[in-house]
Amino acid sequence: MKHHITFLLFFAIPALQARTWVVAPGTALTDIQVAVDKAHSYDTVLVQGGEYRTPVTVTKPLTLIGKGRPLLDGEHRHQPLSIRSNYVSVSGFRVVRCGSGSLEDMAGIKVYNARHVYIFDNILDDNYFGIYLSGSKYCWVTGNRLTAHGEVEQTSGNGIHAWKCDSVTINDNRVQGHRDGIYFEFVTNSHINRNWSEANVRYGLHFMFSHNDSYTHNTFVRNGAGVAVMYTRNVTMQYNTFSENTGGAAYGILLKDIQRSHISDNFFSKNTAAIFMEGCTRSVLERNEFRQNGWAIKVQASCDGNTFRNNNFFANTFDVSTNNQLVLNTFEKNYWDKYEGYDLNRDQVGDVPYRPVSLFAMVSDQMPYAMMFWRSFTVLLLDRAEKVIPSISPDNLRDNSPRMKPYQF
Amino acid sequence: MEKAENHKAGILDLPMLKIAKYVVYDILRNKFVLAYLLFLLLVSMSFFNLESDPAKGMMSLLNIILIVLPLVSIVFATIHLYNSYEFTELMLAQPLRRSDIFLGQYLGMAASLCIAFGIGVGVPVLLYEGTMRGAILVGCGLLLTLAFVSLAFLSTVLARDKARGIGIALLLWFFCTILYDGLVLMGMFAFSDYPLEKVIIGLAFLNPVDLARIAMLLQLDAAALMGYTGALFQHFFGSFWGGGLSVLAMLVWIVAPLWVATRIFRKKDI
Repeated sequence: MKHHITFLLFFAIPALQARTWVVAPGTALTDIQVAVDKAHSYDTVLVQGGEYRTPVTVTKPLTLIGKGRPLLDGEHRHQPLSIRSNYVSVSGFRVVRCGSGSLEDMAGIKVYNARHVYIFDNILDDNYFGIYLSGSKYCWVTGNRLTAHGEVEQTSGNGIHAWKCDSVTINDNRVQGHRDGIYFEFVTNSHINRNWSEANVRYGLHFMFSHNDSYTHNTFVRNGAGVAVMYTRNVTMQYNTFSENTGGAAYGILLKDIQRSHISDNFFSKNTAAIFMEGCTRSVLERNEFRQNGWAIKVQASCDGNTFRNNNFFANTFDVSTNNQLVLNTFEKNYWDKYEGYDLNRDQVGDVPYRPVSLFAMVSDQMPYAMMFWRSFTVLLLDRAEKVIPSISPDNLRDNSPRMKPYQF
Repeated sequence: MEKAENHKAGILDLPMLKIAKYVVYDILRNKFVLAYLLFLLLVSMSFFNLESDPAKGMMSLLNIILIVLPLVSIVFATIHLYNSYEFTELMLAQPLRRSDIFLGQYLGMAASLCIAFGIGVGVPVLLYEGTMRGAILVGCGLLLTLAFVSLAFLSTVLARDKARGIGIALLLWFFCTILYDGLVLMGMFAFSDYPLEKVIIGLAFLNPVDLARIAMLLQLDAAALMGYTGALFQHFFGSFWGGGLSVLAMLVWIVAPLWVATRIFRKKDI
C-alpha cells in the first residue's frame, strides 16, 4: 500500500511542478510562441495585456491565460491561434482580424483533431471564422463573444464552426454578424445551450448530419434565414426563442429531413414562417408558442408521422399551410386563437374540429402577391366559405380536440 | 388678446364655417351620430376586452373600420343631405356663394362623423393600444370617413331623386368594399402567368378601402408580408415615398369627388 502511494507521488510531482511562463511586452519574454515552445506539457502561459501580432501554434497540453485582455491580431493575413494538442485551455484573450481565404478556412481560434480543449471567456472580433473545431472531441466553448461584420455569404465565415466532432459543448456564447452563428456538420452527441445568435448573414444555427444533439435555451434573433436543421435524427430542441427572422426564405426553424426529433417549449415570434418542415418523419412538436408569425407552421406533404400537440397559436397571419391534399401528420389538443367552436360539456375541449389551413394561405403560396388582399372582406368571405365546405384545403388536416383556453407555459 | 379673439370670431363668421356649425348642431340633435358613437365605443371596448391580445382586438376592429364605417358614412351623409334639402334651398336664397353652402355642409357632416369616430374608436384604441399602429388605425378611419362623406356628396348631386341617390351611394360602398377586390382577384387569377406585382400596387390606389387596409396590413401582418414578393409591397408601402404616396392618394379620394360634386352643384338647377 505504502509503495503504491510513493509510486503515485513520484508521478504526480512533475505535474505539481508545472511552471507559469509570463509573457508581457517589454520583458525578456515578449513572444507567445517562444513561451509555448519553452514550456513543458501542462505548464501555464500567462499573457499580460498588450498586442501580439505573430501567429501562435500550441502543440502540447497547456493552459493559456490572457490577463488584461491581450490582443492577438491576425492582421487579415494569418491565423492568430492554432491548437493542435489535447488538454489545452484558452481564456481571456481578444482575437481579431484573422486572415481569410478560399483554400483554407482560417479562424480566430482553430482546433485541429484535439480532445479536451477548453475555450472560454474570449472576445473575437472581425474574424473570418470565429472558433473552429475540426475533428475534435470533448471540447468546451463557453462564454465567448464573437462579432463579425459580414455583408454577403461569400466573404464571411461562421461564428462557432464544428466539423466532424463528437461530444462538444457550446454554452453561453454570443455570436453576431457572421455567416452562420453556430455551424455543426457531422457533430454528434453534443450540446448547445444558452447561446445568443443575432443578425448573422445566413443562419443563426446551421445543423447538418449531426445526430443525437440537443440545443436548449438559445435565442436566435434577426438572422438572415433563421435556423436550419437538416439531415439529422434525434435532435432535441427545447426552450429556444426564435424571433424576427423575416424574409422570403427566412424561417424560425427550417427542418429538412429530420427524423425522430423532439421540438418542445420553444417560443416563436414575428418570423415570416416559424417552422418550415420538409421530409420530416416521426418528430414531436409540443408545448411551443407561436405569436405574430406570418405562417406558424408550413408543413410539406413530404412529412409523415409527426405530431403537433399542446401548442399555443396566437395572432399569426396563417396558422398552418401545406402544399398538397395529402396529410400524414397529427394535430391534437392545440390552442388556436382563431377557433370559433363551442364546448357544450365544458371539458375545455372544443366540440367541433378546427381546420387550421386557410384557403388564402394556400392561394398566397401559389401567388404570393395575393397577400395584398389579405383581410379584405371578399377574401374573408371566401375563407369562411372554404372553412364550411373545404374544397382546396386538405379536409383531414384538422385538430379534432382543440383547446378552448391557451396553455400556460 | 382682444385682437386674437376678434380674429377667431372673424374666421367663424365665414359663411362656410357658419353653415358647417349649423349642420353640426342639426346632426347632433338628430341623435343618429350619437348612436353611431356609442356603437363604435361599445364594439371597440368589447373587442379589446374579449381578446387577450390587443393585436387581435385591432384585427377585429379593422373589419369594422373597413366595412361598417364606409357604409354608415356614405348612407348617413346621403340621407341627411336629402333631408336637409329645404335648408339648402333656404341658404341658396341668401346672398351666399353656392360653393360656400355646399362645402359648409360637407365640413359640418365630416366633422360630426369624425368626432363620433374619434371618440368611439380613438379613445379605446388610445387606452388599449396607444402605439404607432393604433394611431395609424385611427388615422385610416378618419381619412376613410372623409372620403366616403365626399362620395356621398357626389352621389346626392348626381341624382335628384332620394331613392336613386341612396342607391348610388350603396352601389359605391358595395363596389369599394366587396366588388372591387373580387374583380381584381379574378383578374389576378386569370393573368397569374404574368408578373403582376406592380400592377397590383397601382390597382390598390384606385380604392380608398384598399389603401386603408394595406396601411393596417403593414402593421398587423408585417411578418407574412416579408415573404416572397410580399416584401415588394412591404418595401413600397413601408417606405417614406410609398407611405407618402398612399396618404396623397387618400387625400385625392377626399378632394376629387368633392370637387366634382361642387362643380356640378354650382351649375345645378335646383
